[in-house]
Amino acid sequence: MTAAVLNDALEQGHVESHLHPEPTYDVDAHPVPSGREEIWRFTPLKRLRGLLDGAPSDSHLDIKEELPAGVTVTTISTEEAKALGVTPAFDRLGALAVANAGGAILVDVAAEADLDGPVRLLLSGASVDDVVWGHLVLRVGAHSRATILVEHTGSTTFDAFTTVLVGDGAQLDLVHVNDWADDAVHAEQINIRVGRDATLRQFEFTLGGDLVRTSTNVDYAGPGGSAELFGLYFADAGQHFEHRLFVDHNAPKTKSHVVYKGALQGAKAHTVWIGNVLIRKVAEGIETFEENRNLVLTDGCHADSVPNLEIETGEIAGAGHASAVGRFDDEQLFYLRSRGISEPEARRLVVHGFFNDLIRRVGVPELEEKLLATVEDELAKNVLKELV
Amino acid sequence: MSKLEIKDLRVQVQTEDGPKEILKGVTLTIKDGETHAIMGPNGSGKSTLAYSIAGHPRYEVTGGTVLLDGEDVLSMTVDERARAGLFLAMQYPVEVPGVSVANFLRTAKTAIDGEAPKLRTWTKDVNAVMERMNLDATFSQRSVNEGFSGGEKKRHEIAQLDLLDPKVAVLDETDSGLDIDALKVVSDGVNRFRERDGKGVLLITHYTRILRYIKPDYVHVFVDGRVADEGGPELADELEANGYEKYLATA
Ligand SMILES: Nc1ncnc2c1ncn2[C@@H]1O[C@H](COP(=O)(O)OP(=O)(O)OP(=O)(O)O)[C@@H](O)[C@H]1O
Ligand SMILES: [Mg+2]
Repeated sequence: MTAAVLNDALEQGHVESHLHPEPTYDVDAHPVPSGREEIWRFTPLKRLRGLLDGAPSDSHLDIKEELPAGVTVTTISTEEAKALGVTPAFDRLGALAVANAGGAILVDVAAEADLDGPVRLLLSGASVDDVVWGHLVLRVGAHSRATILVEHTGSTTFDAFTTVLVGDGAQLDLVHVNDWADDAVHAEQINIRVGRDATLRQFEFTLGGDLVRTSTNVDYAGPGGSAELFGLYFADAGQHFEHRLFVDHNAPKTKSHVVYKGALQGAKAHTVWIGNVLIRKVAEGIETFEENRNLVLTDGCHADSVPNLEIETGEIAGAGHASAVGRFDDEQLFYLRSRGISEPEARRLVVHGFFNDLIRRVGVPELEEKLLATVEDELAKNVLKELV
Repeated sequence: MSKLEIKDLRVQVQTEDGPKEILKGVTLTIKDGETHAIMGPNGSGKSTLAYSIAGHPRYEVTGGTVLLDGEDVLSMTVDERARAGLFLAMQYPVEVPGVSVANFLRTAKTAIDGEAPKLRTWTKDVNAVMERMNLDATFSQRSVNEGFSGGEKKRHEIAQLDLLDPKVAVLDETDSGLDIDALKVVSDGVNRFRERDGKGVLLITHYTRILRYIKPDYVHVFVDGRVADEGGPELADELEANGYEKYLATA
């Protein structure tokens, strides 16, 4: 089914939404950004290292796979990927990735499979001078249960388009770890379609890179689907981490829950979180809540946090959002210190606590340990400096 | 040994209309092993006294001294005061999301003792204290004060008192918001602490109810940032009967 056919099937047409441009694979239909457009205004375009020029390249990331039984990985043509009926690209970077990748990697989880371990894709880059275009399709069959980890490390200038099809009644935990080297540039669009009564939990951890800009767009193939989108980012001096989320409630009785938490430290650390939610006329009885919290650990950092809720029906079960950018809570530090805990140790505890409840939800113990250790490393750079 | 000496303590806070003096010269000495009750009407400055002793940054000391066993408390940081042997059970304990009670207690104990507690005995001690405080086994895994009921918060404060074993404990309205069963549990906890050698307690309260379970050696009446009257336990009975009117009228 193509997107158009699916939209017809769901009897819903195009919605003039100020939240998003019309998706299309046609590169020329996405104007070259000037930087003033709503979807580009936060991104330092110059630091995209020429990705927007769209020069072809046949460089690749090194890929290691760990595949449990019930999972296959194949290469398909760009046309075959488009024909899978996923939402096309919302911006020029997404369209360029599809146009230049020269085909897509398709990860298939068989219908009704209940995987006995996570699918792991370890992607690593060798140099920022290599421009890499990526196109990935994750297809999780109806009523299957899977965890898919996509881990990014190393140096690269990488632009990817990823589509995720969660089959009817399937349960997918999808984890993206962006743990790039300090000079990496990474742009990615992740378009997810959640099947009828399917459950998606996505975790996005952005811990390294010079510039990381991801756009996650979720819609539903039918009623009853649920999408939980969790994110954690830790930006150091000079890093730009931008996470854009768009949940299109295009079917009744669907749910979305977005929680992104970030910490910033060091001069010119910049994070951007955009949480767009569109509730269409047909989407009666839906529930949505989105939340973004930022902890500013030192002077000279900047966190942008922009929730948007656009509601076209009055018949919703619940909708809300919360957004905050703050420093350490003096009362929390006082409480901990009044128990003898030193100031740096108290700060460490507060930041750990801030991220812990998110990390704990991942459900992959070794990854949780690694993430906590990474947070610890990050803290050691600044917050704990006084301790060492 | 533990002796807390507060001499002519003056404290102000910054308000929108400029600085406001709240403590107007408080003098009070808690000697080795003594329990003192401070009673006073709302807004008289009881919590301000407690927070000032603990070193809360909002309260600015403009005069006076506080000594613990002869050492200058006011020149210490908040955590140094705790490590020197002061403990404040707060009127409104603070939530620390994502930090488990177990982790918090172990970190605090390590900081106070200067070394990590022995794992085996520590776990046993924590479990025993939790049980005595009527906090169930899952309590240790919950985030500090997050979603705790009013009573659980107070019982958790007293559990810390038991485990961290300070020299002097300041208890700020630990009795408020407790039903009678919880009040007994909390009082038992405080009394167990008092039975240890030479422990000092400054018990701040609004009501005489808790003094039926925790017998103070001295009672101070606190009005408008000062000690307006002091005496033995019988003073509490008089306050019970007559309230604070007589002090407020002359204040
Ligand atoms: N940060 C502040 N800004 C302005 N006024 C303050 C501040 N903190 C305390 N006060 C004022 O100081 C006075 C004493 O407050 P405090 O909390 O110490 O009283 P209390 O005796 O503990 O009262 P309660 O019985 O209600 O707990 C009150 O009038 C209060 O409004
Ligand atoms: Mg008070």
